[in-house]
Amino acid sequence: MSEAVAISESEAARVKSHLRVYVMVFVALAVLTVVTVAISYLHLPTALAITVAMVVATVKATLVAGYFMHLLSEEKVILWLLVLCAAFLVFLFALPLGTETGNGPLWPQ
Amino acid sequence: MSEIVIPYRTEPHPLTGVTSGKLGIWLFLASEVMLFGALFSSYVLLRVGAAEGTWPTGVEAGLNVPIGTFNTLVLITSSITMVMSWASLKMGNPGAFKRYMGATIALGMLFLVVKGFEYSGKFHHGIFPATGWPGASDPSTFYGFYFTITGLHALHVFLGILVNIWLLVWGLALYKTEPERFAGRVEISGLYWHFVDLVWIFLFPLLYLL
Repeated sequence: MSEAVAISESEAARVKSHLRVYVMVFVALAVLTVVTVAISYLHLPTALAITVAMVVATVKATLVAGYFMHLLSEEKVILWLLVLCAAFLVFLFALPLGTETGNGPLWPQ
Repeated sequence: MSEIVIPYRTEPHPLTGVTSGKLGIWLFLASEVMLFGALFSSYVLLRVGAAEGTWPTGVEAGLNVPIGTFNTLVLITSSITMVMSWASLKMGNPGAFKRYMGATIALGMLFLVVKGFEYSGKFHHGIFPATGWPGASDPSTFYGFYFTITGLHALHVFLGILVNIWLLVWGLALYKTEPERFAGRVEISGLYWHFVDLVWIFLFPLLYLL
């Protein structure tokens, strides 16, 4: 037999208090999307354009992960798991630095 | 006959503080971070290593920025409808869950339809994964990268839609007997769905705007 667990009143009230935040996050995401596109029409120098676009994308990703995925109030085990994952990701991105790419194009001239 | 019950489906495990399902989906998402991370890392390598004039911006490659922007807004909207469907269950309103989940599925499908039009537009112009840039036979891996990563992303959207359809059509019956367990399932599907949204948040500027 599996146990039936009803949703408690306090849990329902806790979720209800978050609804406004979800809508605010959604509006922020939509605005930031428009901002990214608008900035791209300014034709900034490549390095600056990449930096700005990635900063805006990171802010958006943080909003999604923090609020929609509840990471801000998540248990420590999940956060440590993601810290470990982030360490591997940094290593992965550092790998290309050790290739010949830094010295010249991949394609033979 | 005894039924084998998987422990910690609805109540958190005393060691981790989370349900088995939630720990499982986060482990899976961590592996997904590495999967997409490998492709993003390849992007950096390929773009930095591309010979002068062989890596187009999205506009130069013929990607449509307004369509890409529209699809980004579609996915973002589907993320809030997803979280609202879960919140509706938690607040004891399965009717609202159905509407929000239905909207999430419809928005996911809309994303794929728009993506499909973008792909078919490219194919009609003779652009395929192996096509070069600026000339079709020039050495550029832009389209190879574009089709690989957007294709993998679209596959993720597709699988998310299937899971959400299952939850809406067949899964909901569980809510009558075990509401917390069903809400947990929707939360897990939502975590996956938000992750897919999150990947697109990085993909869109990289491919369309830079």
